[in-house]
Amino acid sequence: MFRTALRNVLAHKARLLMTVLAVMLGVAFVAGTLVFTSTIQDAFQKSSEKGFSHVDVAIQPDDPDKDDKKNLGPAPNLTQKTLDEAAALPGAKSATGVVSGFAGLSDKDGDLVGDGWGTLGANYYAGPDGKGSDHRYPMKEGRAPANAGEIAIDHKTADRTGYEVGDTVATSLSGPVHQEKVVGVFTTDDGNVAAGGSLVLFDNDTAQKLFAEPGQYTEIQLRAAAGTTQQQLETAAEKILPPESKAVTGQKLADDQSKEIESQMSGMQTAMLAFAGIALFVGIFIIANTFTMLVAQRTKELALLRAVGASRRQVTRSVLIEATAVGVIAAVAGLAAGIGIAVGLRSLVGSLGEMPDGPLIISPTTIVTALVVGVVVTVLAAWLPARRAAKIPPVAAMGSMHAPATTRSLIVRNSIGAVLAGGGAALVIAASASGDNALMGLGAGLLLIGVFVLTPLLSRPLIAASAPVLRLFNVSGKLARQNAVRNPRRTAATASALMIGLTLITGLTVIASGVQNAIDKMASDAIKADYTISMANFEPLSPDVEEKLRSMDQVTSSTAYRFASTRLDGENETLMGVNGDTVSGLTQLDFTAGSWDGLGGGKKIVVDDDTAEDNGWKVGSDVAVTYQDGAKGTLSVGGIYKGNALMSGAMVDNRTLTPHLSKIEDMQVMVKTKDGASESVKESLEKGLGNNPAVLVQDKEDLSESIAQVISLMLNILYGLLAMAVIVAVLGVVNTLAMSVFERGQEIGMLRAIGLDRRGIKRMVRLESLVISLFGGVLGIGLGVFLGWSVGELIASAGLDAYSLVLPWGRMALFLALAAAVGVLAALWPARRAAKMNMLAAIKTE
Amino acid sequence: MTTTQAAAGASYAAVPSGAAAARATDLSKVYGQGETKVVALDSVSVDFRQAEFTAIMGPSGSGKSTLMHCMAGLDSISSGSARIGDTELTSLKDKKLTQLRRDRIGFIFQAFNLLPTLNGLENITLPMDIAGTKPDKEWLDRVIETVGLSGRLKHRPNELSGGQQQRVAVARALASRPEIIFGDEPTGNLDSRAGAEVLGFLRNSVRELGQTVVMVTHDPVAAAYADRVVFLADGRIVDDMADPTAESVLDRMKDFDARGRTS
Repeated sequence: MFRTALRNVLAHKARLLMTVLAVMLGVAFVAGTLVFTSTIQDAFQKSSEKGFSHVDVAIQPDDPDKDDKKNLGPAPNLTQKTLDEAAALPGAKSATGVVSGFAGLSDKDGDLVGDGWGTLGANYYAGPDGKGSDHRYPMKEGRAPANAGEIAIDHKTADRTGYEVGDTVATSLSGPVHQEKVVGVFTTDDGNVAAGGSLVLFDNDTAQKLFAEPGQYTEIQLRAAAGTTQQQLETAAEKILPPESKAVTGQKLADDQSKEIESQMSGMQTAMLAFAGIALFVGIFIIANTFTMLVAQRTKELALLRAVGASRRQVTRSVLIEATAVGVIAAVAGLAAGIGIAVGLRSLVGSLGEMPDGPLIISPTTIVTALVVGVVVTVLAAWLPARRAAKIPPVAAMGSMHAPATTRSLIVRNSIGAVLAGGGAALVIAASASGDNALMGLGAGLLLIGVFVLTPLLSRPLIAASAPVLRLFNVSGKLARQNAVRNPRRTAATASALMIGLTLITGLTVIASGVQNAIDKMASDAIKADYTISMANFEPLSPDVEEKLRSMDQVTSSTAYRFASTRLDGENETLMGVNGDTVSGLTQLDFTAGSWDGLGGGKKIVVDDDTAEDNGWKVGSDVAVTYQDGAKGTLSVGGIYKGNALMSGAMVDNRTLTPHLSKIEDMQVMVKTKDGASESVKESLEKGLGNNPAVLVQDKEDLSESIAQVISLMLNILYGLLAMAVIVAVLGVVNTLAMSVFERGQEIGMLRAIGLDRRGIKRMVRLESLVISLFGGVLGIGLGVFLGWSVGELIASAGLDAYSLVLPWGRMALFLALAAAVGVLAALWPARRAAKMNMLAAIKTE
Repeated sequence: MTTTQAAAGASYAAVPSGAAAARATDLSKVYGQGETKVVALDSVSVDFRQAEFTAIMGPSGSGKSTLMHCMAGLDSISSGSARIGDTELTSLKDKKLTQLRRDRIGFIFQAFNLLPTLNGLENITLPMDIAGTKPDKEWLDRVIETVGLSGRLKHRPNELSGGQQQRVAVARALASRPEIIFGDEPTGNLDSRAGAEVLGFLRNSVRELGQTVVMVTHDPVAAAYADRVVFLADGRIVDDMADPTAESVLDRMKDFDARGRTS
């Protein structure tokens, strides 16, 4: 039997090609994901290890559990005193003070390098006397920065921007733009730079002024003297630790970062594998379809095997052996293709300069996983067709007909589908009345599966509905329609493959447009300000920004939003500071009780309804406050508003909050202008802020747009990942058509003989393909809208009140066009084959 | 079947009475090249006259099916000429040839070759559907009545017996009033009673409707329904018999067999 099975695989090479391709693509996706993620994980881990190679022990500020400490704010920075003590530790070879933070760098066009992400600034630590050199940053060109107005940049950034020693460049922190002179270009092992970030070095004093306070460091790095281990040095360092700080070995830092990278990678890996799973799931339909068709075509042959004495089990096994052979071939090819994809991705990411160099990592787990996945998926999918093959009676060897698909099993299938879909629909209706989320989820799931099972039944009426259009194509259209419903199971399986991808794509799009709409609505409802000013990378703004804005003629009112950790009635809460006099004119909140009134007086607090309810506060209640510096006070609740996704929590006046802050930082500033929102007002605001590319001045439309960009980026990534499932579905349509054309050879020959020309034959195959694809497309888009609606209901009830169903008609039309394109594309080869068929050979009887 | 044989059969040319619906002149068909070269038809000249029922007979491998395929525009010709009416087939490209088959030729196949997705009536009107023309209602009714299918027009082929299916096929060939109908062993898959029915319809269509029919068969009983039998052997026409009976045809065939064994 084994040999028969293998011969069959060889004999049906062409017909199995699409199946092999389908499995191969799925496996390639899996293997590519595994190889790529382990490769970049390895590269990042090695680079971070290298980055920590010059640190034996680090002393860092440490936030202990907030409940136990007096100071509610961030842990204080380290002082020069600690650095001097650390340098004097026995076993310490040297101690380096580090101070760093965000530092934007403008390129030659005035745009932020790296859009403001991963651009850091730090100090060049030239030793306690200021005359040494910093071993972390060997200078490649020029010299180290020694005075204010001088900087050094890393060589990668120098290459990217074209800046050279002697150039004047613009740097920007949270406030105004500075013009600095590049005095040096350095090389570094810094992990952030290896990953595509940039690093700007300032002299020690300037860096301290920019990122901390004079004489302060954000970290102290120690190197051990010969003969001292990291642990010994750590123990020694613990003795000099100031309060709220900790000593950590370099090894531990590297391990922690390595773990961090690993967990980030595994999140990405899981997400990508989920999409690979979808592609494989779609592939299952194609494999099952292929083997069903092969078994049907070989009915006589299999019956003959049974007639000459093969047992049912042997027949099943022979089909499964075929499937295994196909699976092995596809899995091996897929593994190779996956490695190829990973190499391509790595060089793509590498060419963007956003990944450290490293070898390709193909772990044994990857190889085993890819092979097992390929074979198991194929064999599982072929299981039912194999069982059906065993049921062919030996007498079928004598008949001349293909075994017709039994209608009985379709009745069973339809009944199951009807029960699932009916039950699901009932649950959804019940849930939308009662608002029960779990019930809604269950109902929606059941309905989706039910429709899935019912696809063969739905194929007849839905495809019949296409008759008026197909009639335009005369006899080709009529025949195409009838061919499409000829074998409902086959049509259903083929269309389902496309349906899965389109359901997910449409569902995601519907959800995204609903969310976008909700955000637009919230932004326009909640914000009365003309402009919102914030940092491009959500770093905090310097308080200078608000001051500057307030001084402008154009600005009529403004408020800064600052945050502080505080304790309210003994509970840790984040307190938001606003300008109590102007905030009512800049934001629009629904007050359920009280109002903004009196907030500017400094004795009142405004809270959202949930917080008020949790604490049992009413308007007029007294709230005990412990501020960040430990000072205590009492505030009275002045108003309770309805919290939403943009705005929630407790608010006080900035004048109340600010005196207790160690460092004043604003999350954003809102302003109202004399002339309202317009291009020229915006320009004047930007100009007033020194045209800092790191600071964004956005009106409501800009805000919506920037959120829209994030949403559409995410959506595009998801489209890209789902594209694989659609490609597999195309292979499925090609496969079904090619097999159908092969089976209907005699009919096609007859049609040619009685006068249907080649164009007519081609058109017939193409239209059949189009009908099947559009059937899958319509179902997929329909189910996607339903999925989007039901998930949207859950989102709305989970707190995004403004969410409502928005049907993206343009996109939906596009997806339908995509389904049509799939149909046309998939039919190219089968239609050619049908038209080229040898007429005489086809009409001759066997 | 080799080229070395003498061209003795050329004398069986067309009988002048009745205009030719189809005519082969020095028609040759060669398959393959060099050592594998096979001459299926060797310079065949024959006329198929209008309103006549012609049977083509011959032992297997004699070239009778090839002759029909070439005359019907289903297969290409190596040399010589094949005409339907005044149209020279060799000069036609695939598209024109397809149109010619559609508009001027009817086909009846051994394996019925009906489309399982269409019902009886739809199968009958299929050639007109392809051409995009409306069937002549009166003629269609007459054809359907002649083949006796009135009650079964809504049935799909798999709900019809073999004889009924072939009657649908006959009706399909007749319905578009083609100039000539070619049948390839039309009774090959039928039992004798159903076969007799179908042959009766074909003969009636010639007698009553003036249809021209050319049929390939190896069955002397079937050939006896024809007005004329053309005998082929080794790619040449070796005899042409008018008003055949089953006995006379059988005798002639036995003669071939005997010659075949002795030669």
